[in-house]
Amino acid sequence: HAAAADTEGQETITVTFIDKEGKEHTVKAPIGKSLLEVAHDNEIDLEGACEGSLACSTCHLIFEDEELYKKVPEATEDELDMLDLAFGLTDTSRLGCQVLAAKELDGARVRIPAASRNFYVDGHKPKPH
Amino acid sequence: LALGRSFATDAADSGKLHVCVVGAGPAGFYTIDKLLKRYGDKVHVTLVDRLPTPFGLVRSGVAPDHQDTKNVTNQFSGLAADPRVTFLGHVRVGAGPGADVSLGELRERHHAVVLSYGAESDRRLGIPGEDGPGVLSARELVWWYNGHPDMRDLPIDLTQVRSVAICGIGNVALDCARALLAPAARFGPTDLAAHALQQLQASGGGREVHLVARRGPVQAACTPKELKELLTECGVAARVAAPEQLSVSAADAAEMKATRIKRRVHELVSKGVADSKGVPSGGEARELYFQFYRSPVEVLRGGPGGSVSGLKVEVTEVRPEGPGGAPVAVGSGRFETLPCQLVLKSIGYRGLPMEGVPFDAKKGVVPNEAGRVLQAVPAAGAAPPAPEPGLYVVGWLKRGPTGIIGTNLVDAEDTAASVIADTDALLTAGRGRAWPQGPAGAPGLAALLGGRGAAAVGWGGWRRLDEAEVAAGKAGGRAREKVTRVPEMLRIAGVA
Ligand SMILES: Cc1cc2nc3c(=O)[nH]c(=O)nc-3n(C[C@H](O)[C@H](O)[C@H](O)COP(=O)(O)OP(=O)(O)OC[C@H]3O[C@@H](n4cnc5c(N)ncnc54)[C@H](O)[C@@H]3O)c2cc1C
Ligand code: FES
Repeated sequence: HAAAADTEGQETITVTFIDKEGKEHTVKAPIGKSLLEVAHDNEIDLEGACEGSLACSTCHLIFEDEELYKKVPEATEDELDMLDLAFGLTDTSRLGCQVLAAKELDGARVRIPAASRNFYVDGHKPKPH
Repeated sequence: LALGRSFATDAADSGKLHVCVVGAGPAGFYTIDKLLKRYGDKVHVTLVDRLPTPFGLVRSGVAPDHQDTKNVTNQFSGLAADPRVTFLGHVRVGAGPGADVSLGELRERHHAVVLSYGAESDRRLGIPGEDGPGVLSARELVWWYNGHPDMRDLPIDLTQVRSVAICGIGNVALDCARALLAPAARFGPTDLAAHALQQLQASGGGREVHLVARRGPVQAACTPKELKELLTECGVAARVAAPEQLSVSAADAAEMKATRIKRRVHELVSKGVADSKGVPSGGEARELYFQFYRSPVEVLRGGPGGSVSGLKVEVTEVRPEGPGGAPVAVGSGRFETLPCQLVLKSIGYRGLPMEGVPFDAKKGVVPNEAGRVLQAVPAAGAAPPAPEPGLYVVGWLKRGPTGIIGTNLVDAEDTAASVIADTDALLTAGRGRAWPQGPAGAPGLAALLGGRGAAAVGWGGWRRLDEAEVAAGKAGGRAREKVTRVPEMLRIAGVA
């Protein structure tokens, strides 16, 4: 499909996105591309309201594996300030537009947080970090 | 009418769901997104808004110096341009003078109506002197500087304002503080309305803004990003009138330790105040006073002709006397006066009622369960009222005026899930009665409006206005030059 053509001759890693319905999408991510761009290139339903300009937090992703999460270059203070407002924040949360595909992240599994009824809008308390 | 009927027949045949969304802000658009994704070609959405322009508070709330935040309008535009969506702007839903169509008339033409008309009123302080010139809600000031036609002629003269007291310290208060304190040059390249830019340019540098908060820095509702921006990008000197205004209780300290966002807010304020020590007061200084532990008690009108001369505040103490030991601000009996010529109330927006919709006047929202509008406001101890079939609510009107744009996405998932779960009942309702062939939908509504001579603005009309605004902005090195009067909007859109 489209991704293969895009990535021809480019180094890629494999990333699995788990969408809101729990469906897994394993895709090739060209090194240096943000996970938000990778999701959009593959028609995965990850929001990016501000189009990657670090002004919205809708591109929130949760790393399934803590060890791998630790390998992502640390979030800047600006990212943390935005991330704090993300819906359903966890200890392994990052903003998809700020995480770039890199060798160390090969095989990463990231989840797009879904809203469920008992986890509803403003009632949730952001998890401290 | 003939058009409406043939469309309706087609609709019934295909089992297509006709949904009307009332209010083209983020909540309405995110709901449409979910519906289109779920129903494919089995849905048609009519999107109405009282303004000729779409996007709600993304256009008229979000600060002009936050252009990136407005990128979401690209995604919303893609939705509105979808053939399954009909945008009808300049259509006010309601009853009485000024209304173009009633909710009942929308419901007669659609299987479901989703209310997303936001929160277009304000909470009151409830203090003497509040009513009258020189006291504005933040909503009014924000609409004014963002070119919302309702506030185009707001009587305000910033050249006469040296000191402003803003009640509240959430992000909207900080937006207002930035607009009032930052050099006007910050807004030159943005889409801040021309009438506001002229006043900011004419009123020069020196000014003080007091952010008045009943509780302390740990309870402040603003977020670090906005605070940092105000303190580091706007040439502002941060002050506290008394050092104890930055102090926190043991409980606050514990909360700061546990919550990064609280810690950051406190750090930013403390650092801002420390870093500004050397900046002299008065003259051309842009000074920002954090008036923590101060509760507004009266607007003083000792100026010429009863104009505002100050805000009287009571010093508060925060004690764990709320429900479950929650910290509440208790008056100390000591009072102070903050001299000012303008008082801004930034203590929260409020929804407005609509005829035919139950309304929770206390909370300013429409009572609902998972977005299904309830037939009455739930009473304590009584059985929960039944949902009103075919009527839904989403966004600020549903949950109150909190959260960022993205919060409406989560909220829209909740409401759309209820619509989707109700699909069968919605499609069957009215069959054999009002709509043997299915409802008239968007063409039916357009025909009704046309018959009334109402000038609805379609998506093409808005695009013409949009392009004209962007082109006019470009000529002046600005993101956009907003058109701020409805007749001119209609003329450019080509409907008048
Ligand atoms: C000053 C301010 C600044 C903000 N800044 C940010 C920010 O930087 N980042 C961020 O993420 N969020 C920000 N927000 C929050 C964000 O704007 C809201 O969460 C969001 O707009 C709420 O969406 P809504 O669709 O419920 O309401 P709205 O956006 O208010 O949309 C309601 C729509 O309904 C229409 N309408 C009203 N009455 C009628 C009627 N009777 N008939 C037909 N149409 C009607 C209105 O014209 C409007 O278009 C800000 C909010 C404010 C107030
Ligand atoms: S897309 Fe907005 S913060 Fe990532």
